[in-house]
Amino acid sequence: MDLQGFGAQLASGTWITVQLAIVSMVCAVVLGLLGAGAKTAGPAPLRWLGTLYTGTVRGLPELLVILLVYFGAANIINQVANAFGYSDYIALSPFMAGVIALAFNYGAYMTEVFRGALATIPSGHREAGLALGMGRARIFRRIVLPQVWRVALPASGNIFLSLLKDTALVSVIGLQDLMRETSIAVGYSKAPFTFYVAAAFIYLGLTAVASLGIHWLERRTTHGMRTLTE
Amino acid sequence: MNWSVMIESLPALAEGALLTLELVAVSGVLGFMLAVPVAMARVSDRWWIRLLPMAHIYFFRGTPLLVQIYLVYYGTGQFEAIRSSILWPYLSQAYWCAIIAFTLNTSAYTAEILRGAIQAVPRGEVEAARAVGMGSALIWRRIRLPRAFRIALPAYSNEVILMLKGSALASTITLMDLTGVARTIIARTYTPMELFLAAGLVYGVLTVIILSGFRLLERRLNRHLQPH
Repeated sequence: MDLQGFGAQLASGTWITVQLAIVSMVCAVVLGLLGAGAKTAGPAPLRWLGTLYTGTVRGLPELLVILLVYFGAANIINQVANAFGYSDYIALSPFMAGVIALAFNYGAYMTEVFRGALATIPSGHREAGLALGMGRARIFRRIVLPQVWRVALPASGNIFLSLLKDTALVSVIGLQDLMRETSIAVGYSKAPFTFYVAAAFIYLGLTAVASLGIHWLERRTTHGMRTLTE
Repeated sequence: MNWSVMIESLPALAEGALLTLELVAVSGVLGFMLAVPVAMARVSDRWWIRLLPMAHIYFFRGTPLLVQIYLVYYGTGQFEAIRSSILWPYLSQAYWCAIIAFTLNTSAYTAEILRGAIQAVPRGEVEAARAVGMGSALIWRRIRLPRAFRIALPAYSNEVILMLKGSALASTITLMDLTGVARTIIARTYTPMELFLAAGLVYGVLTVIILSGFRLLERRLNRHLQPH
């Protein structure tokens, strides 16, 4: 099935969608770790900032956050660059804007996931690290993070699946992802049903592959753990 | 920050919020009504009864809501048979397309929540009902569904909030919902930050209203569990 000659176009859109989802997720994980750190261990102003961030972003529609970031981010980035003495205008590519928007949005969800997971690590583990003479950074990297990762994985998997589907919204701000390429194909072919069904099944395939990947990761990270359900 | 634009646009945003609430309420009620039989079929012992609800749930949870909206709004017009049918007056309007897409979408998520709740109803209660001679229809109506609704309520309130946020996609098919109104005013005044923040504030208010409604409902339905 070559979809009336638009197969290659949809394939390139799919590839953009996959890249966007993965890069955004990595950034959201980093943002989530920072956010969780700020909310649990930071000084009071950082804690308030973290609470404001998760509280507002999780209450806003994803589309609104994407539009807000798309229209606002370039402005803020340029103001920051100007403050550092960089005077050229920095243009945001739609891909970059999409990554920033999705990472900003899902970073709030990841913050809550990591905050919950951090709370499950017994404080004795940190104290044991201190007793061995490890520094805070090393305790975090060697003792806390490997355990947090395992606890946070199932919830992060759900969040990744939502993020993967929400990449479609970035087509609204002009990224040539699967959704946008599909709309372009619809414009030429005048066969909207055929192409949107095709896009739907490509997204289904992507979420199915992602679910398998998450399942594999979960099995790997819980390797050697006893589970109660057996 | 241009505060006067924010304040001046509040009446228009409030009107958009009404449409947003209407979309959520109508598709929420229809979606819930569809979700109950879907969830009941989903827990059937017979695989061929489970098949259709599973396909429905898998498709609508596994694809983006935007694709589903476009599929209903743009997709249905591809077929001459649909365009000449009695459904066309509805399918040619963005409003009904949004309602149909949201209804099908939320019914899949709600059915999955209800499935978990139905399976969480203690077996002993169902067996007790059977022991006093209730038939399976009566057990569904008197025991399993009422119990499942109470168990599902907290998770369902999350789904309604997600639906409220998802309803912003109605603006992509020309509807003047809260996001649609904000985008229209931005096209005229070019004050994106102000308008999106004002719209975000209204979404926040709607979220609080919906959540307090659920808190009241939860307290009322579980009043037999409250200590005196």
